[in-house]
Amino acid sequence: MGKNGAAPSQAHVVGASLPRIDGYAKVTGAAIFADDIALPRMLFGKLLRSPHAHARILSIDYERALRHPGVVAVAVGGDLPARYGILPSAQDETVFAIDKVRYVGEPVAGIVAEDELAAQQAAALIEVRYETLPSVMSIDEALLEVDGSGEKIHPESRKANNVHKEVHLTFGDLDAGFAAAERIFDDEYFFEGNTHAALEEHSAIASFGADGKLTLWSSTQTPHYLHRVAASVLDLPASRIRIIAPPVGGGFGGKTEPVAHELAAAHFSRKTGRPVKFTLSREEVFYTHRGRHPVRIHLQTGIRSDGSIAACRLQTWLDGGGYGSYGVATTYYTGALLPVTYKMGAYAFDGCRVYTNKPPCGPKRGHGTTQPRYAFESQLDEIANALGLDAGAYRAAIAIDPYSRTINHLRVTSCGMREALSAVAERTDYSEKHGKLAPGRGIGLAASAYLCGAGLPIYWNPMPHSGAIVKVDRGGGVTVFCGTSDCGQGSQNMLAVIVAETLGIDILDVSVCAGDTDLTPVDLGSYSSRVTFMAGNAARSAALDVRERIAAAAGAELNIAPDRCVFERGRVFDRDEPERALSFVDAARAAEASFGTLAGVGSYTPPEDLHGDFKGSGVGPSPAYSYSACVAEVEVDFETGEIRVERIVLAHDCGRALNPAIVEGQIEGSAYMGMGEALMEESAFRNDLHRIPNLLDYKTPTILDTPRIEAIVIETEEREGPYGAKEAGEGPLNPVIPAIANAVADAIGARIYATPITPERVLQALDGTTGKLRLRAPVATRTA
Amino acid sequence: MLRLPTFDFQPARSVEHAVALLAVHGNDALPVAGGTDLYANMKLGLFAPRLVVGLRSLTELRRISFDSQHGLRIGALCSLDAVARDSAVMAHYPALARAAAMVGTPEIRNMGTIGGNLCLETRCNYYNQSAEWRKAMGHCLKRDGDICRVAVHSPTCKAINASDTAPVMLAYDARIALVGPNGERSIAVRDFYQNDGAHANVKRADEILTEIVLPVPTSGTRSTYRKLRLRNAFDFPLVGVAVAVATDADGICTQARVVLNAVGSAPLEIVAAESLLLGTHLRGESTADAAEEVFKAGKPLENANAGLLYRKRMLRVLAQRALEDVVRPLH
Ligand SMILES: Cc1cc2nc3c(=O)[nH]c(=O)nc-3n(C[C@H](O)[C@H](O)[C@H](O)COP(=O)(O)OP(=O)(O)OC[C@H]3O[C@@H](n4cnc5c(N)ncnc54)[C@H](O)[C@@H]3O)c2cc1C
Ligand code: SF4
Repeated sequence: MGKNGAAPSQAHVVGASLPRIDGYAKVTGAAIFADDIALPRMLFGKLLRSPHAHARILSIDYERALRHPGVVAVAVGGDLPARYGILPSAQDETVFAIDKVRYVGEPVAGIVAEDELAAQQAAALIEVRYETLPSVMSIDEALLEVDGSGEKIHPESRKANNVHKEVHLTFGDLDAGFAAAERIFDDEYFFEGNTHAALEEHSAIASFGADGKLTLWSSTQTPHYLHRVAASVLDLPASRIRIIAPPVGGGFGGKTEPVAHELAAAHFSRKTGRPVKFTLSREEVFYTHRGRHPVRIHLQTGIRSDGSIAACRLQTWLDGGGYGSYGVATTYYTGALLPVTYKMGAYAFDGCRVYTNKPPCGPKRGHGTTQPRYAFESQLDEIANALGLDAGAYRAAIAIDPYSRTINHLRVTSCGMREALSAVAERTDYSEKHGKLAPGRGIGLAASAYLCGAGLPIYWNPMPHSGAIVKVDRGGGVTVFCGTSDCGQGSQNMLAVIVAETLGIDILDVSVCAGDTDLTPVDLGSYSSRVTFMAGNAARSAALDVRERIAAAAGAELNIAPDRCVFERGRVFDRDEPERALSFVDAARAAEASFGTLAGVGSYTPPEDLHGDFKGSGVGPSPAYSYSACVAEVEVDFETGEIRVERIVLAHDCGRALNPAIVEGQIEGSAYMGMGEALMEESAFRNDLHRIPNLLDYKTPTILDTPRIEAIVIETEEREGPYGAKEAGEGPLNPVIPAIANAVADAIGARIYATPITPERVLQALDGTTGKLRLRAPVATRTA
Repeated sequence: MLRLPTFDFQPARSVEHAVALLAVHGNDALPVAGGTDLYANMKLGLFAPRLVVGLRSLTELRRISFDSQHGLRIGALCSLDAVARDSAVMAHYPALARAAAMVGTPEIRNMGTIGGNLCLETRCNYYNQSAEWRKAMGHCLKRDGDICRVAVHSPTCKAINASDTAPVMLAYDARIALVGPNGERSIAVRDFYQNDGAHANVKRADEILTEIVLPVPTSGTRSTYRKLRLRNAFDFPLVGVAVAVATDADGICTQARVVLNAVGSAPLEIVAAESLLLGTHLRGESTADAAEEVFKAGKPLENANAGLLYRKRMLRVLAQRALEDVVRPLH
């Protein structure tokens, strides 16, 4: 295998569960992650972080730190004053805090030294004087008007309180919808914040070359956005900056925006003329955060007598932490995708994100859709129970139709939700079990939908979302260049699959060069489950571009029309007389002789008719949506409240599975991650501090807690996806959490309206000491 | 990542050598066995010894032997994994095998030693935090501060004894050997611990724990250990209950030990529960009453990863279940 020109073992790479091209390196430890990079004369950096949640910085004295043996340089806010932020509308962060700090753990100063220990010790010698301000640690507090003793977290904001963003959208006639409803279900839920817990802690290495150019290696999911922000914060032309994303050891959304240590590394390298590395500790990762927003949810759903949804009103309040991050998008996302699963007569969404003095929240797998999905699927369970309907059949009956529009004007194409629902229900005998299991045992079902890439870029521009170059060597080797970042999801492999399939060659004859802004065309990054769809389409069109020339040359050699050339098994042959053939290598040589150096380019821009025309319509549209359904079975111990998840069956419509084994891997990982969020993960605070910023105390499930997971791949043919593919990165996570919540409700006969569903909460529910969640009515938000 | 502070390291050539090094360097030196507890704490800035004396070189302290006269002798340097898998331990002291197998993760059990587990530093989630975190929260009694943040009016630290094997050792009436500059002393595990989180045992800085001795259990002894945790591995106990009972030919309880961990700075023996069991047939009522005594006596505080009310409530459940475990085969 793998010798240039050798016949691949199968005619098609697409659809085969071949081992990943990067799998061996990852499993054996040979893969080079950011922190593995060490350069000659490299310095090590450390950030000094704020011990206060909300305070003014009065002075910073770093003379003593600078004199500490081994220390080379120190920097504070004024040294890098440019504001930045991932969204053009939220340029609210600086590398080191200026004037005030907004959460415990916010970087206040940076220090570089000959070794990490010296930097760590010297950081403690920097003296910062603060004047503390009252802190705001919850949604309720943030909605209160700021009184005389306090100060707004962002004083320049025009809102009277600590509101960051409000959204109000209505589709259809809500009043008429509720009037037509036979029953209205009205519930409140709380989804607790949690973090990504990727295995790899963030790391960045910066090096200014003798030519005055900066190279910055970073464990980032979005090298292109880092490129832009680095140029503006460092005030350097983008053409002098090269961003390289080495393999990323897990991202889940936690590495999708530029953060302080990356820019600090670049700054210090410029200042000292030496390479500089910053690798965060686990605790610092908890402070860098950008994790799942805590969201309080109010959901009112009006049901007609036949069970169909006449009207739905969703209100969300997001606890955003100290800065904007992706928060404006997150706010819209809490409302945008709810109607993508079910038909609704009318829909209204009110979202409100507040600032609090906690590490900033941002996107985590499922970005903003996970929390309302949990609420909606929980409520649908109660609706089905109340109407005496089977939860799976009920969902199938109200499901959105393929090739339709949602109530909020989103274009839906292929949709395998009904297939996913029946697959999980049948596999588990859901209908026979639900409501009929012995006390303490329960089964729950839920469904969901997700994006295949955001339809619009983060900063407005008319250029492609993804570009690729496919270069063919005269030895038969093919290299695909694309700006994607592989955060473990398999995007490198996906590019190789698509190019190998298009050119009919062995996947091992394809090399992937990704995530390097000097070498690769822009791809916007590994977020919103966009890479397979968008970079995949770009790579396919680049491969088709070069294939055209190879077909022309091969056709001439074989005396056939180019469109009769078939590319398969390392050969180019006549569709009608397959023995008329050239090897791929010979065909490529002939093409190079005729046309010169062989490379194809391709790019992808989403179509324009994906959404309606209203303010805020830019968040939610996607060229296609994936659909998932999940059944979970649990056993609850009535005395201890412990929940054992016994089985998770998770079906996911990923379009066409380019590599089924990788899709199954994503589904299994989603089941695992969803279970952690449902049962144990929580960003908990005490006295303004993250209570447990380490992975011993912040609980994620271990393998011993993980049940049997059965992944079911549902294939639909997505017309616009590369070889029919959609996505599998984020979508499968969403139904897992409500499926577990519904299973627990089935097991104990009571519902818990908040996550995580801890043993303590189970016992409270059994004691009857928690009924429905009735949060204090939120103070009306208003704009001053 | 967090770095260890700099220190000198000396592997001990013999127990005497280790003790001599510790005696010479006083408070500037600490012994290390598996290092799974000490090095983690050093990274957090909780200890900064100038000299660390390595005990892993003392292969003579890695033996486990059993005979029906003297009982079980475990060298302090035996790994928790070796203890958990030892056939004599499994046969005669099943609760110890069970407790050792429940510590942390396989990696921790391979490196961590039984001696280190008994000497485990007490824990508190105001304490097992980085230097920066503790500075931001404000320091506490146990290190650098003058109040306890969990029990504000307490004159002493209330950090938790979270060793899984300690309560089991108490339940088996184990003794330990401590070797210091003046030779060896043997004390009961019961007397080794004291209820002060900042000074949780009576070991002197220049002493080494060399051996644990467990007497032969009275015939008819049954024992177990129950541990409450939020996940099935990689988790310290929220509360734990070790139980050992012996019955005579008529099924009457002649010996009873009920010992808790993770509710105070020392393992807590619940004598009131034990006396309710003695002389009974260990049927439903006496075990329920004993579990009630456990519930009353255990007073967890708000310094672990679950609420204190929950942990307290679980004491009764765990005690009841532990007693059922040991009693069920009798009926
Ligand atoms: C992730 C993680 C999870 C854990 N989970 C658990 C758990 O579930 N249950 C549990 O009980 N523990 C747990 N531990 C704590 C610890 O790993 C174990 O208790 C282990 O047995 C400690 O043994 P050690 O040999 O590594 O101790 P070390 O770290 O070497 O030493 C611990 C302390 O004892 C002293 N010491 C060690 N040996 C001797 C000796 N022979 N004589 C005198 N003093 C000595 C040291 O000076 C030090 O103060 C966990 C630790 C980690 C890092
Ligand atoms: S119990 Fe009190 S004194 Fe002891 S470590 Fe915890 S907060 Fe500090």
